[in-house]
Amino acid sequence: MTVLLESNNLTKHFKIGRDQVVHAVDDVTLSIAEKEIVGLVGESGSGKTTFGKAILGLHDKTGGSVTFKGEKLPKKYQPRDFQRLASRMQMIFQDPYSSLNPRMTVGEIVGEGLRLHSKENATAIREQVARWLEQVGLNADHMSRYPHEFSGGQRQRIGIARAMILEPEFVVCDEPISALDVSVQAQVINLLGELKESMGLTLLFIAHDLSMVRYVSDRMAVMYLGSLVELGPADNVYFDPKHPYTEILVNSNPEPDPETERGRQSTAIKGEIPSPVNVPAGCRFANRCPQAMDVCRKQTPQLILLQDLDRQVACHLY
Amino acid sequence: MSAGPETAEDRQLLLEVEGLAVEFDTYGGTVQAVRGVSFSVDSGETLAIVGESGCGKSVTVQSMMGLTPMPPGRITAGSARLRGTEILGRTLIDGREIRGSEIGMIFQDPMTSLNPTMTIGDQIAEPLQVHRGYSYRHAFDQAIELLELSKIPEAKKRARQFPFEFSGGMLQRAMIAMAISCKPAILIADEPTTALDVTIQAQILDLLQDLQKETGMAIILITHDLGVVARMADEVAVMYAGKIVEHGSADDVFYRSAHPYTLGLRAAMPTNDPTRQHTLEPIEGSPPDLFAPPVGCGYASRCPHAMKVCHQHHPDDFFLIGDHFSRCWLHHSQAPDKPETLYFREAET
Repeated sequence: MTVLLESNNLTKHFKIGRDQVVHAVDDVTLSIAEKEIVGLVGESGSGKTTFGKAILGLHDKTGGSVTFKGEKLPKKYQPRDFQRLASRMQMIFQDPYSSLNPRMTVGEIVGEGLRLHSKENATAIREQVARWLEQVGLNADHMSRYPHEFSGGQRQRIGIARAMILEPEFVVCDEPISALDVSVQAQVINLLGELKESMGLTLLFIAHDLSMVRYVSDRMAVMYLGSLVELGPADNVYFDPKHPYTEILVNSNPEPDPETERGRQSTAIKGEIPSPVNVPAGCRFANRCPQAMDVCRKQTPQLILLQDLDRQVACHLY
Repeated sequence: MSAGPETAEDRQLLLEVEGLAVEFDTYGGTVQAVRGVSFSVDSGETLAIVGESGCGKSVTVQSMMGLTPMPPGRITAGSARLRGTEILGRTLIDGREIRGSEIGMIFQDPMTSLNPTMTIGDQIAEPLQVHRGYSYRHAFDQAIELLELSKIPEAKKRARQFPFEFSGGMLQRAMIAMAISCKPAILIADEPTTALDVTIQAQILDLLQDLQKETGMAIILITHDLGVVARMADEVAVMYAGKIVEHGSADDVFYRSAHPYTLGLRAAMPTNDPTRQHTLEPIEGSPPDLFAPPVGCGYASRCPHAMKVCHQHHPDDFFLIGDHFSRCWLHHSQAPDKPETLYFREAET
């Protein structure tokens, strides 16, 4: 297994006014192997999207580094860095409504990457766009239409075609299906699966739907308030969670099965995710954790490897 | 947890909707959003209306509550009786005696459903002043109690705060407090947890179940999430293209699915099967255009089992066992090759 991308202690803070800092992502170390799908889950405000964007250079990094195929990526991207890297790393966005420019035709949206990054002429670009539209299940005639003429699922396909046309090696999918209906979610997931196989893609799949993340990913990473709390093979993390937060997250996820649901103990966790501005000392989950100990409030747990379980957990219980 | 022991004797029929049909005039023509929907709700029961966006599930309850603007909306047929009294066709003003007092409602997006310029306490107190004639003082004290009932910590302080000071989950609790302020017989929850995280969703669903146990109110839960349905519902109605295509108890609909659309929805979702045998099977195509609804079954164009008759004639309600029905021609006694995956009533011997 060759490592494609590695983030080392990646940190992203936002300054919001005097002396106030949002700790969006803190010290996240994660390596992604070639052709692997890593699922990233967590509540809103846990820093999933910021992490994805920081990897791609859409946010400047506050600390730490990202290595892509052995090359350390710059801390702050200059236009030429985007020019160089955009064809290798791409992103699919959550909201298919706001992520497409309403004043550009679908042909212009999908072809823009090629126009900027390849030396091909207009006719060749049109051919490529037509080919990609068909590949994602749309029609080549759709090229001259505008985004508003499409449904949510079709727009998400346009977003996928736009990301894939440059044939990137690594794609961050930021909640690509959460705005879609169930039957359409399956269409988009299967499309991503096919493209992954045919293009040998590596994906970081960000979502909050745990069953879908388990279905899609090889490994699952769980974030809480900017830090990584658990990482391991997707099935193991889902069926045998080790971190108390993961356990609560898995147990809160209702399953489409009345029998299971009837037998379920109420596991609702008290309270809500604290503000990332005033991050509590020690373990960030301690104030909501049913198993919190004294040490949890004083010392920040490090991500440790549980050898026999092939699992990394940041919790004082281990 | 939700279905508990059946206490059929204590349950009484509250709401009966029959043949409800709603249209909207738009520049593009007339959309037939709801095309003949019937269901009933008993006290203490949770009915889940499930379907994808555009299937008419929200319009069904909104038109019943007098919340659809008319025009462009129009109720073309049907009736809805609350304890025998017709509630359809009331204008915004006379609808008030029912809305908020007999039937409470919570919405998907608590951020936009509350007034940003009023304190939370004042907003909860308002229905009590309007419907119960309470004084402001009395209503406001009641509002604090309701916030406590909805498990909002420091209710006294919170009642004097504005919506922007609340998180999404807290706002949804405040919405619930407002909806139950006049002790409604029915609570309509339109996608109450769609905008929330799973952990907060679990809290809100727990709260709704607790309140139902205490007050015996009926809940009509509108959602697209089959997990939430499995967790909450006693009865399930599956809607597609403006019609209910399958209706039955939660167990009937989940374990004895009798409509191809219900099966299609389930196959499109990941299961918890650890063996990973299951692959997602999307429903190909998209829902029909309700400007010109198909003459036959609305699902025929996407249905893997569609026959000639499906495109030409509307299927009837075929009852399987008890109240469980499926609106699908495959249940007709003369239907050829019945797919194995669908549930059929055992032939009577």
